Amino acid sequence: MRESTIMKIHYGTALAAVALVAVHILMRMTMNFADSLEYETVLANYKFIPYAIMLELILVLLSIHGFNGLRVILLELKQGRTYEKAVSYGCLTAMFVLIAYGSRTIIMTNMGMV
Amino acid sequence: MAQVSDVADNQPPQTKTLRIARFNPEKDNEKQFVEFSVPVEKWTTVLETILDVKQHHDHSVAVRYSCRQATCGSCGMIINGKPRLACFTKVSELDSDVVTVEPMNNFPIIRDLAVKFERLFDTHHKIKPYLDREDTELESDAKEFLQSPEELEKYIQFANCIKCGLCNSACPTMATDSSFVGPQALAQAYRYVADSRDKGKDSRLKIIDDSHGIWRCHFAGSCSQVCPKGVDPAMGIQLLRGYMLGFRS
Repeated sequence: MRESTIMKIHYGTALAAVALVAVHILMRMTMNFADSLEYETVLANYKFIPYAIMLELILVLLSIHGFNGLRVILLELKQGRTYEKAVSYGCLTAMFVLIAYGSRTIIMTNMGMV
Repeated sequence: MAQVSDVADNQPPQTKTLRIARFNPEKDNEKQFVEFSVPVEKWTTVLETILDVKQHHDHSVAVRYSCRQATCGSCGMIINGKPRLACFTKVSELDSDVVTVEPMNNFPIIRDLAVKFERLFDTHHKIKPYLDREDTELESDAKEFLQSPEELEKYIQFANCIKCGLCNSACPTMATDSSFVGPQALAQAYRYVADSRDKGKDSRLKIIDDSHGIWRCHFAGSCSQVCPKGVDPAMGIQLLRGYMLGFRS
């Protein structure tokens, strides 16, 4: 993928994440902070499908943005064909692992496995 | 003018300390500073003090210079911690009794103050620093490529680049990323992309659109701060990004 396409995705995910995280914070402000972290409240949030979709989107957006940021930092630290390939594929793998792990929590909650 | 000259002539020359970084990569492990006392007039440039040292104290000091008028871009060096042209920097404007000169950062050192320019010229060459189009105005009976003052205004400041390398020396990304294209080449890429006579925009943008290309600029702006010709590479890079993100065409 061309670097300009990657950076368009990078900027796009940042903007979208800011918007969705703002919505997420506003939703949390409907109750006090301690209550919003109660086990039952968290489960209820995951079970409310529109909210779960939004949390999943935040997870995907921040993972893409964060791991691309990490890739850029690592590419600037050191150069070399093998190193750069390892960094790119390593970040891509780590991103998918994080998304899969986060999604698993949401899916398991919705399926009543938690 | 005669009166100004008379007043200046009556002032005795001051003496300042010139600290020169000496380094020979074939012999030395690290650079060492050697101090010299040099006479300084109001108008004396840093290059003139270095040449005074070569003439009267140590002829082995290595320095690259040519035009002495900020045109050739040969005498770039770090002067009191900042990348500057030695021929374009008066000692009096430094406002210090000690003048420290070092080779430019982010360039391999040949010896003392002389650095290798290969990477600068390679990256400059890579971005096709010429009008890229099929036809030419050099053929007989061919019409010259006309350009309005507005079209000229878009790039003319970037045409002032003298390839001195001060911007690359000041760039923090160049310090860590040995494959980064650098502000000099990117500013020149913009100079030709913005030129209405050029037809090679797409190929030029493709060249700088890689993992060590234009996107690695952090917009520190130090390149623009040190340019002795008033070029603003940081702005050029941002304008170039506008083309790549589709904000400009």
